[in-house]
Amino acid sequence: MNTTIKLLAFVLAGSTIIASCKKNDDMPAATVYYEQQDQMGRPAINTVFVTAATDKDAFNTTPPSAMSAVFQAKFQARLLALNAGYTTNALTQNAATFTGLLATDVLNVSTSNTTPTTFFDGTNVLTGRNLSDDVINVELLLIFGGPTGTSNPGLTNDNVNANDKVFLTTFPYVAAPW
Amino acid sequence: MKRKKLLLTTIVAAAFVTGGIIYAADHIDTPAVTNQPTDITDLYVFRGSDPNNLVFVANSQGLMSPTASAAAKFDENTVYEFNIDKTGDNIEDLVIQCKYNAASNKMQVYGPVMPSATGTKSKLEGSVMADATVTAYGATPVIGTGTTGIKVFAGPRDDPFYFDLNRYKAILAGTATAFANPGTDTFAGTNVMSVVVEVPKSLIGATGSINVWLEAKKKI
Repeated sequence: MNTTIKLLAFVLAGSTIIASCKKNDDMPAATVYYEQQDQMGRPAINTVFVTAATDKDAFNTTPPSAMSAVFQAKFQARLLALNAGYTTNALTQNAATFTGLLATDVLNVSTSNTTPTTFFDGTNVLTGRNLSDDVINVELLLIFGGPTGTSNPGLTNDNVNANDKVFLTTFPYVAAPW
Repeated sequence: MKRKKLLLTTIVAAAFVTGGIIYAADHIDTPAVTNQPTDITDLYVFRGSDPNNLVFVANSQGLMSPTASAAAKFDENTVYEFNIDKTGDNIEDLVIQCKYNAASNKMQVYGPVMPSATGTKSKLEGSVMADATVTAYGATPVIGTGTTGIKVFAGPRDDPFYFDLNRYKAILAGTATAFANPGTDTFAGTNVMSVVVEVPKSLIGATGSINVWLEAKKKI
């Protein structure tokens, strides 16, 4: 008896599930929305300049147009904590200008057909980001290198100067996996 | 219906636990997304081998071992969205959205298109402009080409990023005062899940400099 009731309940529950699914199928599809969880523009900015865990999550969900107002002052404090002797960098930016640029975390990209796209190649600055760009050395140089790039020599180069695989010259450009 | 959802949640939760063991470190150290498909590791934007094109690369799920890479998957509920500001106000004028379709095992690309709303909440805009079957680990890259000239690739690749992150952390922690020479690439021998989209510049329609950022968005 007990078993029969259980079985009946199971069958009924099953038919309810089927019925509700059918009902859903007949309704017009509702618009599906996606909510932001992570974002980035320039490399390693969140890692280097944002310290508190709650700030890291906030940085990932703040639209770039609103980032400077929220994060510039914190970035400046962080820059001076990393390098108390900071005056200007090789781009002649003082602490406020430099952190103002970085706090708005977007990647500037040239659409020109003649300007090379690179984070920094010795000539062109912030015109894109190539797979091969040594972005960490560029950032270390700007944070620690002072106006001429020669200050704090132990901190301006991590001595890892290339990727561990060669990139492709044609699409999809990224190297085969290990 | 509910039971199915519960089962799915359990599977997803189990996956996260497994992920936690595999990924002892996190590429960019963002607590809310650690070990999830929405964890972006890197964004690259550069001129293509054809200078009339721009290439957008979205990497996610960092520090994968070869074994982990062979089992890695894209998530059907995640959208990787390249945001493009053409006017210098850091508000997106165009988006390129990449979403995985599990049924067809394809990465589908929407745009470039003006989004119906800007900011942190999005819906897929317009229709699929190009797609490509996800390239299996170790297989020759599968390249999809759309009618507007967009190319797409999706699958596990070597992580192009290199940095002696562990030494940097030691410097910050005060246990080292300078980088080592030679340094040790913390990302050597590790893979990421890559989505590569090459787009004719004519579809972006900008002159001078544009601002680009990558967002990972989760279905709500």
